[in-house]
Amino acid sequence: MTWNRKDLLGLEELSKEEIESILSTAESFKEVSSRDIKKVPALRGKTVVNLFYEPSTRTRVSFEVAAKRLSADVINIATETSSVRKGETLIDTGRNIEALKADIIVMRHNFSGAALMLARHLNISVVNAGDGWHEHPTQALLDIFTLKEKLGRIEGLKVSIVGDIAHSRVARSNAWGLTKLGAKVTVCAPKMLIPPGMEDFGVSVTHDIEKALKDADAVNVLRMQFERDGETAFPRQLEYFKEFGITQNRLKRAKKGIIVMHPGPINRGIEMSSQVADGENSVILEQVTNGIAVRMAVLFLVDKTRDGRE
Amino acid sequence: MREKAKILDRDSIGRALLRIAHEILEKNRGTHDLCIIGIRNRGVHLAKRLANAIKGIEGVDILTGALDITLYRDDLALASGQPLVRKTEIDFDINDKILILVDDVLYTGRTIRAALDALIDFGRPRSIQLAVLVDRGHRELPIRADYAGKNIPTAKNETIEVRLSETDETDEVVILEK
Repeated sequence: MTWNRKDLLGLEELSKEEIESILSTAESFKEVSSRDIKKVPALRGKTVVNLFYEPSTRTRVSFEVAAKRLSADVINIATETSSVRKGETLIDTGRNIEALKADIIVMRHNFSGAALMLARHLNISVVNAGDGWHEHPTQALLDIFTLKEKLGRIEGLKVSIVGDIAHSRVARSNAWGLTKLGAKVTVCAPKMLIPPGMEDFGVSVTHDIEKALKDADAVNVLRMQFERDGETAFPRQLEYFKEFGITQNRLKRAKKGIIVMHPGPINRGIEMSSQVADGENSVILEQVTNGIAVRMAVLFLVDKTRDGRE
Repeated sequence: MREKAKILDRDSIGRALLRIAHEILEKNRGTHDLCIIGIRNRGVHLAKRLANAIKGIEGVDILTGALDITLYRDDLALASGQPLVRKTEIDFDINDKILILVDDVLYTGRTIRAALDALIDFGRPRSIQLAVLVDRGHRELPIRADYAGKNIPTAKNETIEVRLSETDETDEVVILEK
């Protein structure tokens, strides 16, 4: 076993072996969710605090379900209704949670590096559930887990990531994880949505969706956030769908059996057509199911490492 | 660790398993509702061998499963190093079945306690019976084996090592001493 970290902050810092140890542990945990009694006592008596500085339903619920299937107690803190509103700093909030004798903090924060800062100041475990534009490691791990389950391997696969790469922590974590495991990654987006220096991740860049789909074994389609654009949103959505949307026609020209992934929530008719989202290439709901197993594995591994040190 | 003695060799392991297979059939009057579940790792190999032995005697295929008890251990927090979680594979309904639980060595009984907890989470079997290749004593819980290949009195500073050809190239049971 190669895991000996008390925190999971991102995939950039992990070795190939560490990523593989999470994936293989997750494989064992997947079976638990198929039982009649979907619960094992592995984290009995442990407390997991979900500390979310950004609204999130699916990630928070996924972590909550994962923790409960391990028999941990779960407390959810949404910062809109907490003392953060009264000006408490992140470190103070963390120390207070530690003083409650919680064991793991799962944190979503709008600043890149927030999870790292918290982990350095606390003895309890910190799991990054998304920090700014930086990383969202468990999402990438569940994407990679799903790909591996579907295609049997990661090494040598060609994976394209399509969408708002510039503002996507999912894209970054996927790029780190996939390249470490030996996949070839291509990112595809309009020019202004690709950050400079993307090649430093060891990925190729294209602005042509046909090129991104050609030869790809899988395409991971990211959510476009046109909500911020106000009145111009609608025409821009139509334009984006025309240029980059994943449609049945585009899939017909791609490799047979290409896997279509999406971290959710889907904007139907913007990132992909409804036919694709519900079609035979889509593994979007399997990603949701696999997310539980991956998060169970992460919670279990960080907790046992910390326990082992105490 | 120094090898002190070899207790069982390939032939004696084979004979012990064959005898246990006969005892299981005798006690349960045949193979009706019988399933065999091995505790990872070596219990799984022994479970498959027992199922083969029963097939040889009765000509009936017995369902077998694999149980990983890591998540049910009572010493998870004390374990040094990261425990390795492996897959549990029980692809059949255990309700109202007679389960033969198989492990290589019975020692403190804590592994079996964990296995019983894990099995109960899968349903309500009619009965659970325990078969082990070696019973070395030193129980810490009120647990006993229904079928034992060999009873071996041991000292606590000794270790029993079961080697099976599926994973260890050879079939033998040895006592190691510090």
